[in-house]
Amino acid sequence: MLHLTTGRLGSLLARRVTAALSSSSVRMASHSHEVSQTDMSQPMYVDRLDIPLPDKPYKDNLSAEEQSLKKKEEGPWSQLTKEEKIALYRMMFCQTFPEMKQPSDEWKTVVGVALIFLGISGLVVWWQKVFVYPKTPRTFDEEWQAKQLKRMLDMRANPVEGFSAKWDYEKGQWK
Amino acid sequence: HLNAKLSHCGVITVTLNESRPPLVSRCFSHEKVETDEEFDARWVTYFNKPDIDVWELKKGMNTLIGYDLVPEPKIVESALRACRRLNDLASAVRILEAVKQKAGPYKEIYPYLIQELKPTLTELGISTPEELGIDRV
Repeated sequence: MLHLTTGRLGSLLARRVTAALSSSSVRMASHSHEVSQTDMSQPMYVDRLDIPLPDKPYKDNLSAEEQSLKKKEEGPWSQLTKEEKIALYRMMFCQTFPEMKQPSDEWKTVVGVALIFLGISGLVVWWQKVFVYPKTPRTFDEEWQAKQLKRMLDMRANPVEGFSAKWDYEKGQWK
Repeated sequence: HLNAKLSHCGVITVTLNESRPPLVSRCFSHEKVETDEEFDARWVTYFNKPDIDVWELKKGMNTLIGYDLVPEPKIVESALRACRRLNDLASAVRILEAVKQKAGPYKEIYPYLIQELKPTLTELGISTPEELGIDRV
């Protein structure tokens, strides 16, 4: 049986999941109670700009008033009032195209959470530097590095185009 | 269609110099290319089916909207008439929203479409999304 448990979906996923999920079962084996289940073997409603007419109407169970409006829809549409036409639209569809296209603030959440995780990683890296890594080798000391540099210049490392070529031996400074 | 499609033909235009006229474009593929008129006629016929059912209307519209073009007014008209036969006003309004969406940044297309469809809209009593006030949030 194909079921989708809505309790399992976070708010960030819910809107885009309805039509996009594959037909494999998504029910987790371990949970003990089930929230409202969507039968994914049945036609589903979806608001998409590229699927203007979804597989089923938005509202299934129509009240008596809505049913009588449906009856009136069978007659000439010029007899319907503007409100009735809007009601018929809302019975068949959830969101209008402009409502679908509304921008949301979701990106702020995404960027924010991403930065939070980066921040946490940064804290972890700093903590590691303080509490985990051993002392750096003595070759990293300022004094050692200076002596190393002098040694390279003394042995004329890359004297033509590279390292020692940039050192002015007469003046004793970098060119 | 109201947007050009050049997906099938390799188009070659060669200008040698000012005294010689340019060569005409040629299709090197031997595939039979459907003309715009044939495409339009095919879709008008599809929606004109007298006993078209709900599924066929949905399938047709969703497929049509999937193409990289804005349907000609005559195709939209036959789809709206199919909605009338199926007593579905909501879908008729939805179709108008969808073709407006298809026009994208080309803002002149939708008013042209509505202008061409005005007689049909009046005859069938279909209100545009603008008239219903659902074209804004």
